[in-house]
Amino acid sequence: MNFALSDEQLFLKEAASGALARVKTVEAAREALDGGKLPDLWPTAVAAGWPGLLVSEANGGAELSPLEAMLVFEELGRMLASVALLGHLPATFLLDRGGAADVVAPLAAGAARAAFVPARPPTDLEDGWTVEPAIGLARAAAPSFAGGKVTGTIPWVPDAPGADHLVVVLDDGRAAHVRGADAMIEPATVYDVTRSLGHVTLDDAAATLLDLGPGDSAAAWYIAQALLGAEAVGAVDVALQVSVAYAKERHTFGRAIGSYQAVKHELVEILRGLDNARSLMYYAGWAARDKPDEFPLAASAFRLTAGKAFDHAARAQISVHGGIGATWEHDAPLYFRRAQLSRRLLGGTAGAADRVAGELLTQARAEAAAG
Amino acid sequence: MDLNDTPELAEYRAKVRAWLVEHKHEAPAHGGDDDAAVAARRTWQRRLAEGGLAAVTWPAEYGGGGLGPLQQVVVNQEIGRAGVPGIFDIIGVGMLGPTLIAHGSEEQKQRHLGPMLTADEVWCQLFSEPAAGSDLAGVQTRAKRLQDGSWSLSGQKVWTTNAQHAAFGLLLARTDPGVPKHKGLTMFVVPMDAEGVTVRPLRQISGEAHFNEVFLDDVHLETGSELGPVDGGWGVGLTTLMFERVAIGLGGEGFGWRADRFAHALLEDEACTRDAETRHRLGEVAAEFLALRFTGYRMLTSLQRGQIPGAEGALAKVTTIRAAIAAGDLICDVLGPEGLAHERFGELVSDMPGLKSAGGTEEILRNIVGERVLGLPPEPRLDKGVAFSELRAAEREARGDRLVVAGGASSGSGDEPSEAVETA
Repeated sequence: MNFALSDEQLFLKEAASGALARVKTVEAAREALDGGKLPDLWPTAVAAGWPGLLVSEANGGAELSPLEAMLVFEELGRMLASVALLGHLPATFLLDRGGAADVVAPLAAGAARAAFVPARPPTDLEDGWTVEPAIGLARAAAPSFAGGKVTGTIPWVPDAPGADHLVVVLDDGRAAHVRGADAMIEPATVYDVTRSLGHVTLDDAAATLLDLGPGDSAAAWYIAQALLGAEAVGAVDVALQVSVAYAKERHTFGRAIGSYQAVKHELVEILRGLDNARSLMYYAGWAARDKPDEFPLAASAFRLTAGKAFDHAARAQISVHGGIGATWEHDAPLYFRRAQLSRRLLGGTAGAADRVAGELLTQARAEAAAG
Repeated sequence: MDLNDTPELAEYRAKVRAWLVEHKHEAPAHGGDDDAAVAARRTWQRRLAEGGLAAVTWPAEYGGGGLGPLQQVVVNQEIGRAGVPGIFDIIGVGMLGPTLIAHGSEEQKQRHLGPMLTADEVWCQLFSEPAAGSDLAGVQTRAKRLQDGSWSLSGQKVWTTNAQHAAFGLLLARTDPGVPKHKGLTMFVVPMDAEGVTVRPLRQISGEAHFNEVFLDDVHLETGSELGPVDGGWGVGLTTLMFERVAIGLGGEGFGWRADRFAHALLEDEACTRDAETRHRLGEVAAEFLALRFTGYRMLTSLQRGQIPGAEGALAKVTTIRAAIAAGDLICDVLGPEGLAHERFGELVSDMPGLKSAGGTEEILRNIVGERVLGLPPEPRLDKGVAFSELRAAEREARGDRLVVAGGASSGSGDEPSEAVETA
């Protein structure tokens, strides 16, 4: 038994952190709030081989597992790096499995970019595959496929603007490949300017069905959940380090504020959230490869826990810093914006909680039925 | 990252499983506090010891398995899988035995470890006192050295599990009040049948008495009852607390607190499994228990690599209690008042407020983690470098100062006069 990262995995993380350190991503995130342009990190991603992380070697990829992708995302989240991998990785995962070798090879090399157009898999209570609502809670059916064409509207799709290829999950759980040029993509970035979002409309768009296995479309959904979780882990780690350093330095009433229990316990709560999230990140990474039946539970528990930890850490960081933490003088608002938007994407943190319950109840019902 | 057994571990697991299959019919029922149930659990511990399943990590020369933490986990898992109880004296074999092995004389080890392992002699831990729990180094139980080198012991201990069954207790006492509090402590082996030892059960919210108070009234201890050096008891106690931390950190699932069990409990009412709020609460609780399981695997990996468990293990205890409170609330909200009468869930609800303080209150654990892991500055404290004997006086003085202020604001009301009398 060994439940720690391997040397190769640690190296992958360090390399990611080193590559990103060369770009002032957090500074750029602040400037982008005022209309500044974000640095193009795609060449960095290509140089590091990230676009092909989940693509098989036969198709020119690195054939690594979701855990490795999560480790890269932890580093991306740490630096608020804006690079279109949240859309690209699940999309290439499906194209690779679905036999679209001619499309996926340039994507693995980073010569073109793909976006995953997600649909939430059915739950124990609802049969259909659904997409995010444009506003509110009521989910709509995923796009439908007929006669080589796809029709449907999918709001809030990560990394859709500018994507050369789309992988669209359908209302029956199959998935289809659509060229970006055949879709209408309305830029929809909001609140967190480092997160590229688009509303995708497909109106009889030419599509090719992918030849996928039964669990593949769902696996892509859970990979996206796990990547969001991993990004949060990196951000929580930053919030903790920055807040702890400040609590040691800043004095009130003649004492460092970190010596007061009220502040100390709040900082320990950030660490507790981080530690729980990291354990579940490893669980999700392990399950993705070694226990696929548990991957929906593991990825959802991870996304939930990491999302809650991020939500808390982003607020705690502001509180510990006092008023200045709530201003643009500090980085804290950038992480706060990231946390606020992330918790509402891809089914939301609350949706992940419901999924954890659904998976466990389904398993319990099956066990009860079997006696 | 690999959670599968190595071939050697798989072989060990098969051996353990085979033993349990063969002996399962000899196992008693879970739980029960009456004499017959306790006797049956002790007999079962003897059988487990004979099968090599009682003290997996003790050195072989003292009757243990001489194996590592992984094998211990395999045994725990297989015992759970077989649905039989584990050993009776978890505190003795899990925490006090290892302390004896680390700090005891050869004579003490030869005398005590064998009967501890077979539960012929049950042990209890006599550390906490009414005024020394989180601040354990503040113990007031006094051991005075007599002319012939033997000792006289007086004081009071509390939260003592199994004191009523125990043949021996491991006791932390003050031997030198003239030095700062951590320095004047000594660990002793105390025969529980000695004259002057009185055990009184403490009933808890559930009505059961899992703990006792132990009164020590001029108890005479032979020369050589010390465990480890005289005035070196704090270091010995830290060894015990380290084993306690590992046990708590890896132990939650051993109590049956698992995500899947709570999901099963909710099936009692199919309608609630469709209720959004219930599902959300189940999801959140379940994620915490899952996090604990995989935190345990991370911890085990470090243990196996020879790393000493750090203070961050305390966070697992905080999460365990918080999640168990939330789980008890959830299940009983669904079952209604009947849930509180339920054998398992009612007890879960009743036991948590007390367990929140067991093994360190949540607040003291957060202090420890904040200071040792995050490196945050400590609270200012009054006891650093102060002789224990002067500390009491300093505390009384501080309390007196406060009373002067409070008295000015509301003279002659409430409990203050009686405290002022005590101060005087």
